[in-house]
Amino acid sequence: MLDDTSDGYITTDGRRIGGVLMEMRNITLRFGGVVAIKDISFDIREGEIRAIIGPNGAGKSSMLNVISGFYHPQEGEVLFEGKPRPPMKPYQVARQGIARTFQNIALFNGMSVLDNVMTGRLTKMNAGLLAQGLWYGKAEREETENRIKAERVIDFLEIQHIRKTPVGRLPYGLKKRVELARALVAEPRLLLLDEPMAGMNVEEKEDMSRFILDVNDEFGTTIALIEHDMGVVMDLSDRVVVMDYGKKIGDGPPDEVRANQDVIDAYLGVAHD
Amino acid sequence: MLYREAGDFKTSYAEDSQTFPIRFDRYRYYAVLAIAVAVVPFVINDYWANAVLVPFLIWSIAAIGLNILTGYCGQVSLGTGGFMAVGAYSVYKLMTAFPDVSIFFHVIGAGLVTAAVGLLFGLPSLRIKGFYLAVATLAAQFFLVWLFNKVPWFYNYSASGQINAPERTVFGIEVTGPNTEAWAAYLFCLTFVIILGVIARNLTRGTLGRKWMAIRDMDIAAEIIGVNPLRAKLSAFAISSFFIGVAGALFFAVYLGAVEVGEAFGINQSFLVLFMIIIGGLGSIFGSFAGAAFMVLMPVLLKNVMVGGLGWDTALAAHTEFVIVGALIVVFLIMEPHGLAQLWRLAKEKLRLWPFPY
Repeated sequence: MLDDTSDGYITTDGRRIGGVLMEMRNITLRFGGVVAIKDISFDIREGEIRAIIGPNGAGKSSMLNVISGFYHPQEGEVLFEGKPRPPMKPYQVARQGIARTFQNIALFNGMSVLDNVMTGRLTKMNAGLLAQGLWYGKAEREETENRIKAERVIDFLEIQHIRKTPVGRLPYGLKKRVELARALVAEPRLLLLDEPMAGMNVEEKEDMSRFILDVNDEFGTTIALIEHDMGVVMDLSDRVVVMDYGKKIGDGPPDEVRANQDVIDAYLGVAHD
Repeated sequence: MLYREAGDFKTSYAEDSQTFPIRFDRYRYYAVLAIAVAVVPFVINDYWANAVLVPFLIWSIAAIGLNILTGYCGQVSLGTGGFMAVGAYSVYKLMTAFPDVSIFFHVIGAGLVTAAVGLLFGLPSLRIKGFYLAVATLAAQFFLVWLFNKVPWFYNYSASGQINAPERTVFGIEVTGPNTEAWAAYLFCLTFVIILGVIARNLTRGTLGRKWMAIRDMDIAAEIIGVNPLRAKLSAFAISSFFIGVAGALFFAVYLGAVEVGEAFGINQSFLVLFMIIIGGLGSIFGSFAGAAFMVLMPVLLKNVMVGGLGWDTALAAHTEFVIVGALIVVFLIMEPHGLAQLWRLAKEKLRLWPFPY
């Protein structure tokens, strides 16, 4: 089904997927005696939607935290755009063009939706202290330019009506959407979504799925997501990595993964005899 | 029908992100400025300047400074008094070392020196948060006061250990020293308040302000969107200290004239400024002014009522004043933890919808 060559493949719905954007090579992550991730390798290709799934405690979030620089693996290498990445702080990773959302929403509650989205542009704004203090020249220009970018994303995710509302007052589903907006406005090369659908009802899940597909389609953003809703994962993603107890037990397109005996065992349990 | 957004259309993002988006607010702000600059200096007398206006202006600057650090960036500091002392002693050293330079630049220089000291004491904030940081800044408070007491170089080896502000002029008008006119001192402080107030507002609504607030609200998320926590926190410490240093310099040079460090810049002042921003409203420039006004005016008002109105003994009135101010702070914290600024916001929201709130 897949034309799997080193410079990409064509998905079932006819999208062209590019070369490798990010590669995890033999990653091992330990916390003291606990091995959270054991010798895992996989890649994320340009333009694809890549899902990481697995039962609770499989090490999925740890994997995302390795990518975004919160954890540094004891063994193995992270390659971004073909180059090995030295151990980096999360803010340096962000500047490389990797944005993410969190499992339990991490928005700035004291700020308005607009300000929250604008924070996503911070890496692109560098007016000097004096210009900012006087609100003159570059500071003012920059503010307007980035506001236009922010408004475009606000439009795209349909949250115009709440732009001036403090985030703390919003319901859960909208908060998730604002968080997506904040990640998206940074124009990331790679967008990491940690359980974007957790705790949502069917309608909100449908909305969110549509937004994820649209983001991928419109901006060509590469997306890696963790999700527990199998229906969503199978529908959205181009390729799936399955983890269990820190090990990789499956990797491939949704249909292939669904048929994999190890994956079925991990999810349904297996009789030990 | 005055206070309305309706009909006041914004056609650009620059217009939409201005400080006072509602036209009435804008005019009110200009009116206040005009009265402060053009009317007050002509009617001011010594009592009003010394008891109310000059301290209000100076404490406003200090409150804005602490609000940047605590209200916007979320780093609690109890070192305000110590940093004000740094401002006072640096302006004193600058004034005596370079008598030909305008005092305006001395005050700015004192702010810069304090910013550097603040930067230094801000370094622990990278490792420690909340109460622990407050304790670390408390150490700064005591250390700085001790330093200015113990090292004679700071007070130019004067026998009393005090520092006295020499007479200095701006455009030929005396602004420090015993012969200063009330209006001159007032205008000199007002100039700083207006300039620094505008700068503070611009900083907090722009890129830097968003970085600070991001650190305050959730530092992990701030880091993930590309905020370098080290630089964000240190910039807050430096800029906050600059404001507090300027306030300390003015407090010494223009308001008090002579200072003994333990008395003028003790731990009490640190708490006073902290109360100001809590009562006024954390994370609000208006709140800094409101809090400073409250803490300066309240004692004056109470004193006038108790001593002047009820004819009480001065000592009794002074003690009662402590009790009342303390009680008011507690009441405020319970009733409106977001301070006067929040009350003001709510009032404005009500007013905007009045008389048809549905």
